[in-house]
Amino acid sequence: MGKNLKYFTNGILEENPTLRLVLGTCPTLAVTTAAKNGIGMGLAATAVLVCSNAAISLLRKVIPDKVRIPAFITIIAGFVSVVQMFVKAFAPSIDKSLGIFLPLIVVNCIILARAEMFASKNSVLPSVLDGLGMGIGFTCTLTLMGMIREFLGNGTVFGLTVTAGHITPMIIFLLPPGGFFVFGILVSLSNALAKKKGKKIVEHIGCENCPSRSFCEKANEGACEEKEAVVNE
Amino acid sequence: MNDLLTVSSSPHIRHADSTNGIMFDVIIALLPAAVYGCFLFGLYSAAVICTCVLTALLSEFLWNIILKKPQSVGDLSAIVTGLLLGLNLPPKTPLWVAAIGSFAAIIVIKQMFGGIGYNFVNPAIGARIILLVSFPSFLAGASNFVEPISLDTVTSATPLEVRGIAGAAVPTVKELFFGMNSGCIGETSAFLLLVGGIYLVARRVIKPIIPLSFIGTVAVMSLIFSGSINEMLYQILTGGLMIGAIFMATDYTTSPATKWGKLIFGIGCGLITFVIRKFGNLPEGVSYSIILMNILVPHIDKLTAKKPFGVKEAESNG
Repeated sequence: MGKNLKYFTNGILEENPTLRLVLGTCPTLAVTTAAKNGIGMGLAATAVLVCSNAAISLLRKVIPDKVRIPAFITIIAGFVSVVQMFVKAFAPSIDKSLGIFLPLIVVNCIILARAEMFASKNSVLPSVLDGLGMGIGFTCTLTLMGMIREFLGNGTVFGLTVTAGHITPMIIFLLPPGGFFVFGILVSLSNALAKKKGKKIVEHIGCENCPSRSFCEKANEGACEEKEAVVNE
Repeated sequence: MNDLLTVSSSPHIRHADSTNGIMFDVIIALLPAAVYGCFLFGLYSAAVICTCVLTALLSEFLWNIILKKPQSVGDLSAIVTGLLLGLNLPPKTPLWVAAIGSFAAIIVIKQMFGGIGYNFVNPAIGARIILLVSFPSFLAGASNFVEPISLDTVTSATPLEVRGIAGAAVPTVKELFFGMNSGCIGETSAFLLLVGGIYLVARRVIKPIIPLSFIGTVAVMSLIFSGSINEMLYQILTGGLMIGAIFMATDYTTSPATKWGKLIFGIGCGLITFVIRKFGNLPEGVSYSIILMNILVPHIDKLTAKKPFGVKEAESNG
């Protein structure tokens, strides 16, 4: 049980997909102009992540290694279509503000990375917990970023007036530069916190977990390990 | 002790140039335009400049204290940044907006990238653009500009904007040259900015290549496109071209080190400025042109780096 709990909390704090693994940057920067969009995007991605992790974990022994990426994408695309129709039907305003980024969850690298790195190697329960943890981590980060950007750029949080009308907001926080700025500050804060806790900032991946191992000629020679050893010094 | 007996490693011959000496020269060169701007637009514009300078100094001071870094306020570069930013703001800018701009210039653009010498764009221009994008209602539009020498604040469009409005009074070339027109606090008087520029060139603080190629490119392009000398003079004398070309484009950190690099940089700035003014929606393009070329500087430097005499191609690559 303790190990399962670890799979779950891993994605929320230690390996937070956006802040620590720096995955899914595109939707992170694009949709966080308001806290509501952040939470909507996060929950949609979480739903897809949990379902696709479960399905891929179930099928991990059936999917041939050489065509695993297309197979993963097909599975993910199926769940994204379901989520998209669901959001369109029950939350049309969120569907409108997320726009193209909702269908683009198909190619969201958090989902593909978890399928590749975790679900294709583990049984169903850990995969679901991993998906849930990663999804919640993603949702929390997106919501936090959305709140910061909405507050500074529009004077509201979750659409509720805080300083709007009294202080002129800085519109730049709603624009791409502000997104990069807030993202950079959050990443550096999380790095500082991790450093304080004595965690390594660069995670050791190694050849057995490397996503390109099937194409890499030196996959079993440990060619990258030397490089990493140098970096770690 | 006898200096000749001191044992030290090279370099043995040092020049008396220092960061604060250079920055002091830049401040002196900017002062005429600053004083004239305050005279022209009233005391409030002096308050805008002071806010910028003081916030810049305070931001740098506190950043160094909080991060336990060596105190760098003494190199005067924060004063130059604050002064340049202040001179590039409209005379009616609210003081808190000026303070946010100055804070962004020092903390976000300069210190977060490693302090003096490491900023990737000119801090004053970066801050001006942040303000322009964040608070368009304070930074652009006729209501923020003041008719010169009138203590009651009559708002007026800048010459670049006026020329888009049919029937509005356009200042003459002579008025523009001596700065009897509305505009940002320090950008109006081409004459005083040129005096400052000549002082900097004479003191060997800047080389004249960038300002000349920058202004020259804008002049040639507008002459080609309009065919009239008058139009060319308007393009050169209005807006932030003079202050941008002389004081902001020549920033050491964000301009190329080589002679050919400086030429490319200046021409690039001039071309972008002209294209934005002629074809863009914005009334002014100097800030954007300088910031875009700033980002290209490392590549320009690499392309124009001098090869040491006698070094073969293959060796220099390796």
